[in-house]
Amino acid sequence: MIDIVIDFTLLSFLVITAIAIVRMTNLFAIVMLFGIFSLLSAGLFVVMDAPDVAFTEAAVGAGISTVLMLATLALTKHAEKPSFEEAPRGHKPWLPLLVVTVTGAALVYGTWDIPGFGAPDAPAQTHVAQYYIENAMKDTGVPNIVTAVLASYRGFDTLGEVTVIFTAAVAVLLLIGGRRSTPPSRSKAEGTSDEA
Amino acid sequence: MKPDLILHVIAKFLIPLIILFALYVQFHGDFGPGGGFQAGVIFSAAFILYSLVFGLDNAEKIIPAHWLRILAALGVLIYAGVGIASLFLGANYLDYTPLGSNQIAGQHIGILLVELGVGITVAAAMLIMFFAFAGRGRE
Repeated sequence: MIDIVIDFTLLSFLVITAIAIVRMTNLFAIVMLFGIFSLLSAGLFVVMDAPDVAFTEAAVGAGISTVLMLATLALTKHAEKPSFEEAPRGHKPWLPLLVVTVTGAALVYGTWDIPGFGAPDAPAQTHVAQYYIENAMKDTGVPNIVTAVLASYRGFDTLGEVTVIFTAAVAVLLLIGGRRSTPPSRSKAEGTSDEA
Repeated sequence: MKPDLILHVIAKFLIPLIILFALYVQFHGDFGPGGGFQAGVIFSAAFILYSLVFGLDNAEKIIPAHWLRILAALGVLIYAGVGIASLFLGANYLDYTPLGSNQIAGQHIGILLVELGVGITVAAAMLIMFFAFAGRGRE
């Protein structure tokens, strides 16, 4: 009973946060709401008994992402330009509304065939998960099955993930990192970008 | 930057605790939630907090940028190197069993080294990204 209440509360807060993000134009407040959204998601993962995922979500989603977005915000403006007022509309507003309604209805229809949360006969529980749960402790001696799966059984995947993070750092360095002399034409463009 | 007494004192008090918690998450990942990814992010958060409070130049004095690049590559190298080591010891790539005296010991050593590689790379990559973004603002 109590976990239904907690789920309901967290999901309601998620929806409220998402609506607030869509409605706002102050970018600083939006970045803060993104952090709150990630923290609420982390709370949901804890309720679903997935502390490792919740940990990652709280550290990466609510922590580092917020800091990086704030660092980006320091370089740009603090308010979104209200572009929808002067921009000419190329279509009627009911067309996108129809598209998202149909898409949402299709998604909701799709959830009817999803097995219930934690159902023992779900495909995810019957194939390889059972093997991990039965053998992880005796194969690796690691009590936390998640760590055993990530680092040992699925070592290749984790190596790929680490390479992805390394590649992201290299890409950031190549694009905006390092000290470089800004050519005069570029600094002039930055000076005029305020009224653009 | 205007020196702010409360921020400075609280940050100096918090940063060692954040680093300690990151190390705990790193090496306790076998027994509780956590592991290399989370530990790396928490570890980098300590330096990001230092950089926010004491300024970017002071933070870059502590960890120079070329060190960060070496560390980010080193983590991936440790991870891949464990796989190469197990190849040389006659097992499959990233099969840690021959690293120790028996299977459990080998798996423990392998998982520890692999998580260490993940943590080093994630921490260095996050700091590289933060310094790149934050360093854009100053001319």
